[in-house]
Order: sequence, then C-alpha cells, then structure tokens
Amino acid sequence: MDATLDKTKSFELVNEAKAVIKIRKIHKSFGENKVLKDFDLNLFSGENLVVLGKSGSGKSVLIKCIIGLMKPDEGTINVLDKNVTTLNSSELDKLRIKIGFLFQSNALYDSMTVRENLEFPLRRHWFKKNKNEVNDLVMEALNNVGLANTVDMMPAELSGGMRKRIALARTLILKPEIILYDEPTTGLDPITGKEISVLMNDIKEKYKTSSIIISHDINCVKIVADRIMILIDGNCYATGTLKELQHSSDIKIKQFFE
Amino acid sequence: MSFNFINSFLEEVGDVSRFTIRFFIELFKTRFEFKEFLRQCFYIGNKSIGLVIITAFIMGLVITIQSRPTLVDFGAEAWLPKMVSVSLIREIAPVITALICAGKIGSGIGAELGSMKVTEQIDAMDVSGTNPYNYLVVTRVMATTLMIPFLVILADTVSLYGAYLGANIHGVVSWDLFWNQVFDTIVYSDITPSILKTYFFGFFIGIIGCYKGFNSKKGTEGVGQSANSAVVISSLLVFIIDLLAVQITDVLNIN
Repeated sequence: MDATLDKTKSFELVNEAKAVIKIRKIHKSFGENKVLKDFDLNLFSGENLVVLGKSGSGKSVLIKCIIGLMKPDEGTINVLDKNVTTLNSSELDKLRIKIGFLFQSNALYDSMTVRENLEFPLRRHWFKKNKNEVNDLVMEALNNVGLANTVDMMPAELSGGMRKRIALARTLILKPEIILYDEPTTGLDPITGKEISVLMNDIKEKYKTSSIIISHDINCVKIVADRIMILIDGNCYATGTLKELQHSSDIKIKQFFE
Repeated sequence: MSFNFINSFLEEVGDVSRFTIRFFIELFKTRFEFKEFLRQCFYIGNKSIGLVIITAFIMGLVITIQSRPTLVDFGAEAWLPKMVSVSLIREIAPVITALICAGKIGSGIGAELGSMKVTEQIDAMDVSGTNPYNYLVVTRVMATTLMIPFLVILADTVSLYGAYLGANIHGVVSWDLFWNQVFDTIVYSDITPSILKTYFFGFFIGIIGCYKGFNSKKGTEGVGQSANSAVVISSLLVFIIDLLAVQITDVLNIN
C-alpha cells in the first residue's frame, strides 16, 4: 500500500477521540461465508465517509450492523459512545433517533401517502407535538428535498428520483446526527444521481451531519466523499481522500477509479 | 418420510410457536396501535363482507336444494328448515367462511407483509424506532380474531335466507313457518361453540399470514410463496381446529 495511505491511517489514530462511530474488530459470517473479518472503522464528526467495494463485499451488512438490524458475531460498534452490540431494544430505539438510514430500495411505505410516510418516524413523539408542529416538520423536510407539492401523493405515483428524495426527507425528519446511505444513487439516471449527491452535500452543510455512504457510483463519490474506505475481502484495504486513492499505484485500488 | 422433512417440520412448528408467544408478550407489553387496528378491521371485515354474503347465500341455497330429495324419500320434507339450519350454523357456515377468509385475508396478509419484508419496509420501521411486530402483527392478528366471528354471524344469517329461497324452489314453505322452525330448532348450545371456534379460526389465520409474511425470503418469488403457504397452512388449521372443537363439544356433551 502507498505511503500516503499509511499517513491517513495515522491521522485516523490521532483523531480517534473525535469519532462518532468507532468499529473495532467486528466479524460477521453467514454460514461458511465470512463477510466481515476483523474490521475496523472510524467515522469522524462532520465527515462524509464513502465505503467502496465490490458487490457482496459486506458494505450493506456493515451499515446494518451499525444501525442494529444485524448483530456482528464478534467485536464492538460504538455509535455516539454507545455500544450498539450490547444495547437492549428500547436503548437501541433511543439511539436510532439520532441515526438516519436511507435504504437502497427507499423502503417507502406503499400503503401510506408521502405525508404519512414522513409522519411515521414522528409517531413516538406525537404526544409531545401538536398537529401544526408535525405538519411544519413534514413540510420543512419536504422543502429540503424540493418536493413540497407531493405531500398528498402515494409513493407509486412518484418517479424513482422523487421516491429517493422522499426517502431522504423521511430520513431527515428527526434531524439525525449521523446518516447511513445505502447506495443512494443506484438505479437513477446520471442527472438525478448528481442531484441526489448534491442534495446529500447540502444536508451535510445544513444539519452538520456525519455520514457513511455505500456507493458504486464514482460520480457520486466525487461529489460527496471527504474520505473513502475500500473494502476488499471483508476488510479495510485502504482509506484516503479521493485524490490519494486516485493516484495510488495499487492495482486493486486503481480498478475502482478506472 | 425422510428425517430432513420431520426436522424442518418440527423447526417450523417451533418458529410458529415462538412467533405466537411473542404476539401475547407484545400485546400486553407494548402500546396498542389502536388506529392501525381499526384500519385493519376495516380492511379485513368490511372489505370481505361482499364475498362472504355471496358465498353464504349460495351455500344456504345449494345445501337446501341438495338435501331436499333425501328428506322427501323419507317423507321428512317438513324437517328441511330444521336440518339445514343446524348444519349451516354449527358447521358449514363457520368453516366455509373461515376457508374463504383464509384464502382472501390470509394470503393478503402474507403477501403484504412479505413484500414489505422484501422491500425493506419492515427494516425501515425498525430503524425509525417503531416496533414492526407490534404495529404490523399484533394489529392484524387482533383484527382477524375479532372480525372473522362477525363475518361468520353474517354468513349464518345470509345462508339461512338462501336456505329459505332453496326451500321454496321445489316446495312451498311460508316465511313465518320457515323462521319458526329455525328458531325452534336452534339453541344456544348450537350457536355458542360454533361462534367460539371462529375466534380460534381468526387468530390462526392472522398468525399464520403474519408469520409467513414476516419470514418471507428475499425476492418476489418469496412473496408468492408466503401468500401461498399462508393459505394452505391456515386452511389446514381451520379443519384441525374444527375437529378439536367437535371433540371438545362431544366430550362436554354440548350436542
């Protein structure tokens, strides 16, 4: 591996205290298939970390372990100083308020309108908020993604790009500190993909979020990445900025940017 | 029968039992989603009324027409309303209605939850801090448990109207005579066990539909399989529960 990439690793060690997500030595297997092996990761406050890797390399498993949808076989995952692997379901629910998750498939509730989709994460706060406050939050989230006019539409009536924006609005409605994006531009045309990438940067600036972005889309990576991690064989192969990795002489790294 | 088949069958029984125990834990432990429960009652109850009415009416009509010749042979034509009403209320209307509901509601729940699972909507609920089991399973199972008895009572009534029409196709039975014979024959021990068993029909139709949907494998094929196996298993359970109900009423001498 290059000297610049080793420097990035030492930068990570120095700044470890600022990390909002700290993953140490996690292992995750499905039967014989070892997806994550002795995996470490730091996500620092206010940064966009892109995780690049081939299909099936464990990227989605990684963020599902972070949010607690899957449990690693070994290792610790500290999110905002709480060890996700040891939390009970109510503690996990409290922590999840601070974490947004954008699903690859958007995961909008088909049987609900856009308004009901956005109101859904607010349900546990309904006792604290009146109808006007809920409405204001919904409209603010929709305005952030430029789709205020779709509030009473059903998800099936929206285009792919619009659905992605609505899913993003739903992710934002609880004003999370951390956002996990699972392939946010997959399946979108290049123009819409670029719009979503720009929107992700705007969100980062406006809400001061820290994000992990799983992506294959190099155009998206170019727009959003502060730092990139390359995942190969269930382990972190390299981390660095886009420039550092693009100029790497390592063949395995180069293939991601060709 | 191979060892693997027995093994997977027992595993499935264990999983369904765990799923059912969780239902009772969540029902009493967590906040009840009343709004969603009412919505499900509307979908499960109200939207099945048309189908139940049509099938119950035809059931009553056909059973009466087909029973008549045998009774005529024995010179017992006058017993037609009595015999038909007992068989409809005790057995045919509850079981046929439950089977229709297993087909319509069980497959609907299996497919809906299956597609929610496949498109990560259940995970999205989990991530947003809402307990998906409580929101999706508890409400649906409660709705099927409470709505199917109502549908059966409706089916009982409508099938008797069908029977009245059937009795008048080849013979003449006055409105008053028909209903007097029906109400003289039917007693509480006919109605109570037949309604009580429908709560169990409803409960298991809901549980199996939700279990199959909730555990749907990835992909659209998995959704289809969930819907299909929900119907097959819940229909089979309707017959098994019916068999047990008959044995219990027999032992308790409620005949």
